[in-house]
Amino acid sequence: MNMAKPVSKSHYVGPGAAQAIVSRTLSILVDNEPGVLARVIGLFSGRGYNIDSLTVTETEHEKHLSRITIVTRGTPDVIEQIKHQLERLIPIHRVRDLTNEGVALERELALIKVSGKGDKRIEALRIAEIFRAKVVDTSTEHFVFEVTGKPSKIEEFIAIMTELGLVEVSRTGIAAIGRGPASS
Amino acid sequence: MARTMTGAEMVLAALNDQGVEHIFGYPGGAVLPIYDELFQQERIKHILVRQEGGALHAAEGYARSTGKVGVALVTSGPGATNAVTGLTDALMDSIPLVCITGQVPTHLIGNDAFQECDTVGITRPCTKHNWLVKNVNDLARILHEAFYIAKAGRPGPVVIDIPKDVQFATGNYVGPSNIAHKTYKPRVKPDQNAVREAVELMARAKKPVFYTGGGVINSGPKASQLLRELVRLTGYPITSTLMGLGAYPASDKQWLGMLGMHGTYEANFAMHDCDVMIAVGARFDDRITGRLDAFSPGSQKIQIDIDPSSINKNVKVDIPIVGDVAYTLEDMLRIWKSKSPQLDKAAHKSWWKQIDGWRAKKSLSYKPSRDVIMPQYAIERLFALTKDRDAYITTEVGQHQMWAAQFYHFDEPNRWMTSGGLGTMGYGLPAAIGAQLAHPKSLVIDIAGDASILMNIQEASTAVQYDLPVKVFILNNQYMGMVRQWQQLLHGNRLSHSYTESLPDFVKLAEAYGWTGMRCDNPDDLDDAIRAMIETKGPVIFDCRVANLANCFPMIPSGKAHNEMLLGSDVSDDEVGSAIGEEGKVLV
Ligand SMILES: Cc1ncc(C[n+]2csc(CCOP(=O)(O)OP(=O)(O)O)c2C)c(N)n1
Ligand SMILES: [Mg+2]
Repeated sequence: MNMAKPVSKSHYVGPGAAQAIVSRTLSILVDNEPGVLARVIGLFSGRGYNIDSLTVTETEHEKHLSRITIVTRGTPDVIEQIKHQLERLIPIHRVRDLTNEGVALERELALIKVSGKGDKRIEALRIAEIFRAKVVDTSTEHFVFEVTGKPSKIEEFIAIMTELGLVEVSRTGIAAIGRGPASS
Repeated sequence: MARTMTGAEMVLAALNDQGVEHIFGYPGGAVLPIYDELFQQERIKHILVRQEGGALHAAEGYARSTGKVGVALVTSGPGATNAVTGLTDALMDSIPLVCITGQVPTHLIGNDAFQECDTVGITRPCTKHNWLVKNVNDLARILHEAFYIAKAGRPGPVVIDIPKDVQFATGNYVGPSNIAHKTYKPRVKPDQNAVREAVELMARAKKPVFYTGGGVINSGPKASQLLRELVRLTGYPITSTLMGLGAYPASDKQWLGMLGMHGTYEANFAMHDCDVMIAVGARFDDRITGRLDAFSPGSQKIQIDIDPSSINKNVKVDIPIVGDVAYTLEDMLRIWKSKSPQLDKAAHKSWWKQIDGWRAKKSLSYKPSRDVIMPQYAIERLFALTKDRDAYITTEVGQHQMWAAQFYHFDEPNRWMTSGGLGTMGYGLPAAIGAQLAHPKSLVIDIAGDASILMNIQEASTAVQYDLPVKVFILNNQYMGMVRQWQQLLHGNRLSHSYTESLPDFVKLAEAYGWTGMRCDNPDDLDDAIRAMIETKGPVIFDCRVANLANCFPMIPSGKAHNEMLLGSDVSDDEVGSAIGEEGKVLV
């Protein structure tokens, strides 16, 4: 170690202290036991952390494992706290910060209902093709599109559809996984 | 080998296998099968409290004075909700508890059944972990897991919620040895590189200080022994939080007294001015740090903690060490000894000289009185007259608690039990009952306030039932003194509802419960009265009438730095009124 370190790292990072807010995707492997999601969500609300997106489902049935993917925001210190606080929960196997470990693979699915007639309807269909969105329900007055991709792509698609008769949107939230051969 | 038995039998079998001797509880419909099993055996002694809140605090006192896991048993609904304060208290102070709650039968859960509440939902944020047991074949495993989780790593309370039908159902019982936990494996052994780094930094320090906390006590008696050895070997000064008192002997010359909001001048100034801080099982909470951006600005910090989330939470440290205190101190000692480092003796000499200068402020001094008993004097006398006895001290919450911490000096761990993190009035009497039960021959004293004692006074009846000769020493100032002190500091001396009007006659109250009641209001009579209290065989309420308006100093007002401390000797009433700035007023 560098023994000549003259100045202490010690300081307080408090309200007003300049630390940038970052967005992080956390992948949390948990025992799929009753109440585990409530523990995770309760921790976030009880300690005042943000949840921008949350997905959860059982991923390995025999081992009773679920993966919870949470997109959260905070200063790097707060993110560090969030990880440690999550690790304190008993049924949690591990917490990975996918964003921190390189660009995580993030995908989301959205169902988007658009209604309209004439030109707008044709335009909506044309745009949907560009975004590789599938038509999963239709009448002469509406489409329901199914679109998957990065959250930013879905945002863009929704933004365009807003002008073309957007009725409502349902999104799954982000599923994420680390790149490369190792498990996350 | 698996044995077949009912859920209720499993509860008793598991308690037995875990070596439990005493449990604290209160019966009700949803735990009757377990109470029936209790009735039919002799080994486990059940202590019937008078309110479930008392059971939880008694279990805490039992746990803290023995180092064992405390056990409580309560019924569903109101039994469980009454347990919530004690669970939160134990969570904040990292006390290992197992609380078993009854629940309505599984088929009624969710139906708003009689005495149903969502116990696991309510207690999720105030336990380390909790379980609702829906299948009797999971019960034995969960019971053993519960003891493991309560005790392992950073200790804490757990709840096992058992529906009544599961208590009646039969299933397979497994013993504790067959249990290995899947996910919870806290790290106890520290990273050797970090320890080595820490030792090197300590050896180079010119103005070092040890800052120790409840983690040393929780780590066990060996941790206190190792701490003493390391502190003496280095020759460095040491202070402690409220929670850590007793880990290092207060009678030693390296001891600076408690630090924090009501800590000594020398302890807080040493923290402020040090160049190397060694935090051992202490978590930099707001009562300790004061204004965070002015907290020990020039120091490099080492922090040893078993809970990674306690590190870098409020204060950034330079060398974090995740591990059990005893393991880590053992490694530190070994490395220190093998290196036998050259210390900067001259720097240390001038550091101690500076500390002696702060000590000379005599920050705990107060204006003595010949007419009324000063509360500080009462604790000084209580200490002088009990220190050679085998004494355990609990407290309630308020000024008396701080005076007890300042003026009662502890030389051993596990002798001091106070509600630190949650600050729960009503903690002291039941905690004293728990401690007395574990140490029947010892002198157990609850240093109480006139307001706090009424919060769990019903437990006086428990003490009688089990022949527990606890002493309740009330510093009766007829005020919620600590509230009044803050109103003087913050709210223009408008004493809104902090005068405890219509107090009971504590002597008669004692007698009504079958206790001995005593009263003293004259400093000249105090010693004899305290002696009489100690000599009395059974439980005693001692109504010590003290100066009504005394305030607790020194004090670092909220939002101020360590070196902006108020001393009792130099605060006029005006200064008290303006001591806290506008920003500090919103803090607690
Ligand atoms: C359960 C609970 N309610 C309220 C408080 C807030 N509180 C802190 S100290 C105090 C007054 C305590 O009065 P007393 O027991 O007489 O002690 P004193 O300060 O007078 O020594 C109060 C109300 C608390 N700590 N706990
Ligand atoms: Mg009082």
